[in-house]
Amino acid sequence: MSFTPSTPPHLLCTSDLACERDLRILYSGLNFSVKAGELWHIKGLNGAGKTTLLRQLAGLHAVDTGKVLVPNKATRVIYIGHKLGLKEQLTADENLTWLAGLDGVSTQEQRYAALEQVGLRGYEENTVAQLSAGQKRRVALARLHLCKADLWLLDEPFTSIDQQGIVDEQGWLNQHTDSGGAVLMTSHQTINLSQVKILDLSKYAPISPINRGSEARALT
Amino acid sequence: MIKFMLTIVRRDLLLVARQPAEILNPLVFFVLVIALFPLGISPEAALLSQTAAGIIWVAAMLATLLSLELLFKLDHDDGSLEQLLLAPYPSWSLVLAKVFVHWLVSGLPLILMSPLIATMLFLPSQAVPTLMLSLLVGTPTLSLLGAIGAALVTGVRGGGMLLTLLILPLYVPVIIFGASSVAAAAQGMAVGGYMALLAAMFVFALMITPWAAGSALKL
Repeated sequence: MSFTPSTPPHLLCTSDLACERDLRILYSGLNFSVKAGELWHIKGLNGAGKTTLLRQLAGLHAVDTGKVLVPNKATRVIYIGHKLGLKEQLTADENLTWLAGLDGVSTQEQRYAALEQVGLRGYEENTVAQLSAGQKRRVALARLHLCKADLWLLDEPFTSIDQQGIVDEQGWLNQHTDSGGAVLMTSHQTINLSQVKILDLSKYAPISPINRGSEARALT
Repeated sequence: MIKFMLTIVRRDLLLVARQPAEILNPLVFFVLVIALFPLGISPEAALLSQTAAGIIWVAAMLATLLSLELLFKLDHDDGSLEQLLLAPYPSWSLVLAKVFVHWLVSGLPLILMSPLIATMLFLPSQAVPTLMLSLLVGTPTLSLLGAIGAALVTGVRGGGMLLTLLILPLYVPVIIFGASSVAAAAQGMAVGGYMALLAAMFVFALMITPWAAGSALKL
């Protein structure tokens, strides 16, 4: 790896990050850093700690061992987890209003445009309870278009999205990294993008024989 | 930060407007408890006017307690609590905004209805302003103290019982001084001391609880 003065800035680093749940060590010795323009695909079996890792990175899960560093305090992060954070009784537009209101303001025009980008044109005033599972996820994802964030932490963003939707979504991911953002995501799908970095959590699990010395491998 | 809090207040009020049953439930409970009391004891005016202060305050407390469990639980269950916690603002501001809505929905209607309730229980009319004032200072204290418990049991299944056990001891002083102030006013005595203590408890709760509940939410 060659470091030139124009190395893209680090958005997030971990040092020796570990996670223990219910007396079981899920992963340990996790060292990686996410630079602007990178897309990281976190892989691992069910229960490997993918979701927990994302929550640790977002600051929603306690970090007991190791550190999560965000070098630039102004880095804006969007986390979309398994639970989408949508209110069923509110409409898609109202949900986006409050979600965007947490960190800035949005106009109705912007919200409608964001919903149109995720293919929900005409559903703006439907309550989320009336939408299908895939459409709900699309409402949550519309926030990515509405709020400008540097780092996207996405937990299984392809769940219940249709084939065409997944293709579109990968396009957004590409667009985001091209414009200097970074993405960390979990998924059981293969991501068909050229510049995907893979973080395989099974290499950091304590039982795994290839655990030792796997740091270098993950950083390639 | 004010904008952040306003966002939460607006969202929660909108949610209440979509589900008015949520407002009505504690209120109906409040009125029912009070309406059934004379049937249980006796409809005698002398007896009722003596116990009115206590009945109204206990009913107000139970009505508050009833609606507290859901304060953070619904947000936790649908994941919106995560999003609120991730916003770049201190978590106490989120608690304060949520408690404010809780009080608007569960406390304020009780205060507005209390003159009617007082008449039902033959409370001497000179005590009614004291009743309203003590509820005005006391019910936000109940909501604030309850927020700590609600934050602690968020994500715990069947946390309602635990919440009651945790919070009840904290409610005891508020009830004692709240009910005593009304009883004192009914007998024509000075209520300044009771009010000062109620106000002190309110200020203390306002300073401590948003911070404590905010920390508890992050656990």
